[in-house]
Amino acid sequence: MITIKDVEHVALLARLELSDEEKQMYAKQLNAILEYAQMLNELNTDDIPPTAHVLPLKNVWREDEVGEHLPPEEVLANAPETEGQFFKVPRIV
Amino acid sequence: MTEYETIIGLEVHVELKTKSKIFCPSTTEFGGDPNTHVCPVCLGLPGVLPVLNKKVLEYAIRAALALNCEIAEYSKFDRKNYYYPDLPKNYQISQYDLPLARNGFLNIEVNGQTKRIGITRIHMEEDAGKLIHQGTIATSPYSLVDYNRTGVPLIEIVSEPDMRSPEEARAYLEKLKAIIQYTGVSDCKMEEGSLRCDANVSVRPRGSREFGTKTEIKNMNSFKALQRALAYEVERQIAVLQEGGRIVQETRTWDENKGVTLPMRSKEEAHDYRYFPEPDLVPLVIDRRWVEEIRATLPELPDERRNRYIKRYDLPAYDATVLTATKEMADYFEECVALYPNAKAVSNWMMGDLSRLLNAHNMDITQCKVSPRQLTDMLKLMDKGTISGKIAKTVFEEMFATGKDPEQIVQEKGLVQITDEGAIAAVVEEVLAGNAKVVEDYLKGKDRAFGFLVGQVMKATRGKANPELVNRLLKEKLHSS
Amino acid sequence: MLELYYLTAHELHDLLVKKEISAEEICRAVFDRIDAVEDKIKAYVTLTRDKAFARAREIDRKIAAGEEVPPLAGIPVAIKDNMCTCGVRTTCSSKILYNFVPPYNATVVEKLEAAGTVMMGKTNMDEFAMGSSTENSGFFVTANPWDPDRVPGGSSGGSAAAVAAGEAITALGSDTGGSIRQPAAFCGVVGLKPTYGAVSRYGLVAFASSLDQIGPFTRDVTDCALMLNAICGHDPLDSTSAPRDIPDFTSYLRNDVKGLKIGVPREYMGEGIDPAVKEIIGQAIKLLASLGAEIDETTLPHSRYALPTYYLIAPAEASSNLARYDGVRYGYRAEDARDVVDMFMKTRSQGFGPEVKRRIMLGTYALSAGYYDAYYLKALKVRTLIKQDFDRAFEKFDVLLAPTAPSPAFKRGEKTGDPLQMYMSDICTLAVNLAGIPGISIPAGFVDGLPVGMQLIGKPFGEGTLLRVAYTFEQHTDYHRRRPSL
Repeated sequence: MITIKDVEHVALLARLELSDEEKQMYAKQLNAILEYAQMLNELNTDDIPPTAHVLPLKNVWREDEVGEHLPPEEVLANAPETEGQFFKVPRIV
Repeated sequence: MTEYETIIGLEVHVELKTKSKIFCPSTTEFGGDPNTHVCPVCLGLPGVLPVLNKKVLEYAIRAALALNCEIAEYSKFDRKNYYYPDLPKNYQISQYDLPLARNGFLNIEVNGQTKRIGITRIHMEEDAGKLIHQGTIATSPYSLVDYNRTGVPLIEIVSEPDMRSPEEARAYLEKLKAIIQYTGVSDCKMEEGSLRCDANVSVRPRGSREFGTKTEIKNMNSFKALQRALAYEVERQIAVLQEGGRIVQETRTWDENKGVTLPMRSKEEAHDYRYFPEPDLVPLVIDRRWVEEIRATLPELPDERRNRYIKRYDLPAYDATVLTATKEMADYFEECVALYPNAKAVSNWMMGDLSRLLNAHNMDITQCKVSPRQLTDMLKLMDKGTISGKIAKTVFEEMFATGKDPEQIVQEKGLVQITDEGAIAAVVEEVLAGNAKVVEDYLKGKDRAFGFLVGQVMKATRGKANPELVNRLLKEKLHSS
Repeated sequence: MLELYYLTAHELHDLLVKKEISAEEICRAVFDRIDAVEDKIKAYVTLTRDKAFARAREIDRKIAAGEEVPPLAGIPVAIKDNMCTCGVRTTCSSKILYNFVPPYNATVVEKLEAAGTVMMGKTNMDEFAMGSSTENSGFFVTANPWDPDRVPGGSSGGSAAAVAAGEAITALGSDTGGSIRQPAAFCGVVGLKPTYGAVSRYGLVAFASSLDQIGPFTRDVTDCALMLNAICGHDPLDSTSAPRDIPDFTSYLRNDVKGLKIGVPREYMGEGIDPAVKEIIGQAIKLLASLGAEIDETTLPHSRYALPTYYLIAPAEASSNLARYDGVRYGYRAEDARDVVDMFMKTRSQGFGPEVKRRIMLGTYALSAGYYDAYYLKALKVRTLIKQDFDRAFEKFDVLLAPTAPSPAFKRGEKTGDPLQMYMSDICTLAVNLAGIPGISIPAGFVDGLPVGMQLIGKPFGEGTLLRVAYTFEQHTDYHRRRPSL
């Protein structure tokens, strides 16, 4: 059972600021979805390996070669705030 | 009063010196204008995907083998999720439950005894960018972000909590640095951040089997800082316990200026990194033959080299340990010995004058202007009697400062030793004539008077007289008079 | 003859090489159509008119110079707005990326350019591809060309609607749980989700990385094969891209299903499926059987677990993939933040819509300490069981056949109040993504003037066989030739 406190904790982990209304709504909806997901517990999966990748690929890599860099003006072109050649962010603490 | 035992484990990050980053082709070159060593991938633009740099894996295996680790048959990457503005994706690609290597160790010397420090695991991950503050992080009204370092390959080497003192921790880190440098996979420059170290520290009453509550110490940017920070933290923890207090599990930062560790201000949230398998990268199944190929190319490591120096060059254990502490130092030594077979003489000069001058100028041997050939040429000049040991010290200082050949310095400064017996005998006569009282003292049995007379002869020849000749001629004249 | 904007790519290609029309004329016809109906349909987030005409003229110059042009040269395509287009805004229909202009092209965009296509613009979608109706777009709702009161499906609703309404000849969508096939079914066009790894994901803004796959929308199966020829293939920039040679998919366009074994999983024809849809699928089965296919019922016993499995895995991956939208490097940033954490939280809360936040919350919870094993790991294990169901079925069958969606297009607002109800509209398609196998939806009939899609599911890299069955079906039906009246 997900409480409002759980919702607040998860929202902080996910960096989401939620209104009280949203907290209520997500608590209710997450509970409904997770209750539905309880269905999976009908299955015994003790000896079943997890599937993180569907394709049986392994050892995909590239050689150690330097490629092109983005031109500085393109690096910063989408940035909400910059100073000189840097991205600018509000105070950290 | 309770006696306490210190428990220390280190987490060391080493930057691998590949040409390109771990998951994209941007350069790893140090420095550069801000945000110029970046591409869509390391900037974490929407839609980009990582591709592993094979060299990173090779270097990581190389380092792991040098640290006596077992290389995993099957390994994978995971995402470590946390928000920080220097982390473009707000997750770091790292390795969680299936790291590349485990169960290694290295040996350190503690009071002349060899002690084995266990290495729990080694994994690969990407570095973050750099934040620039005005003043300190706490007072800066805003911060600037440079992503040049983002995606530079790292290995994290986690030790067992096997160290029992700050000195052992320092010895471990020094040894680790030497071994990694020997393998050639990293420069391990603490000042440039290519070697970084965090420590887990706890204390417990001696005899207790349980671990005490630990703190994590960060921001130790030199070997000295590591040792000082740990010494401070151990004392702090013991003081807290002796006053009946409790250790709080927390992360603390070393303040180099104040010489104290301070709690890092953190938001009230528990760390929960929500690791899960990186879906954009496929698993690694590491070919045993490849591992053996890499093992076969490992150079001689510090311990082996040290033992060889003891056996082959007949050096004292202490000399051999110091000379092999860095690969560059040992390489220098061997170049010298190839040119000049008296290993002990080379060792004496390297551990003496050379090390003293390097320390005084805060340099390492790679920055030294004196080449092995020049150093051995100087030793040969001494053997030939061209210069005395005393003059050699002067010549060496000049070589260190200018990089000139010893012969040239000797010529320019007129430092050639006087070995003409007649010339020295004449000076001896003069000195004896001018110091009748001292001669009398000597003949009465005052041995120290002899030294004074030698000094007078040397002074008169501006140090250039061959000391052996001076000794012999003085004795002859004194005893014949 | 139909209007130019309603022709297929291969029909237009024939006219182009015969020099009966020019690429510029095709381009103008489609933009005129866009100008005429876009107010009603709202398929596009961004139109790239000038670039398109410049490109069309370039193709015309090549044709005039006697160059042989590839089959898709001069063909107008629409690109879902979650594929990066260099210099062209790419928003994922999200406020958080409202102004993002990528400095690079997705691999598929490069490939389409190499194939000579002409990009008309970027299409509307459910925000970050999270949804089944395109109602979750952060900008506006797209209408179903067959009934503007109904949804076009989602999340690739803009691309499906554009092709159905004559606002593009072909389009690209992405499919994480049905986001190509379900809107294709709702809009009466052909939509194919390739095998995971067949098409590069480089430049596709990730929703759920282990499930996402790009695929085409077309008016018929022949065009679908041409699009696959253009976009499939190994990409060294995508580590999950399959290193294999791609066949000429048009070689599978044979009017022949004799001896092909087609399985009909009973779980996809049971509870929750609209009887009218079942009826249409039943007729399709009869038709294919009459053409010589060997059709039998089969079972995918873990089908009912696909929905909860999907709704743990996809949000978990999404919660991490969407962490980068923080207002530092690109996109929206909230004003007046006290500090960087506050800025992150305000930016994300204001920038993301409710469904995206819901899934981020769900995924974050599923991965968080103490719940990982119970939810995420459990889901990965059930994913194995679901994949094994398909492996087993494909030991006996060449292709599986099922409805694409449980019902025809539903009304706007009908399911927005209840997320679970909305999620149910993907029950026929989700498992295919979990198994990483290909699926195609083709027009199979109409209910009350609304198109119904039939889904064919193939073995890994079995796209060719899907095309063969779909092509044969198409040769004996005319549903794909119908056009909505707008």
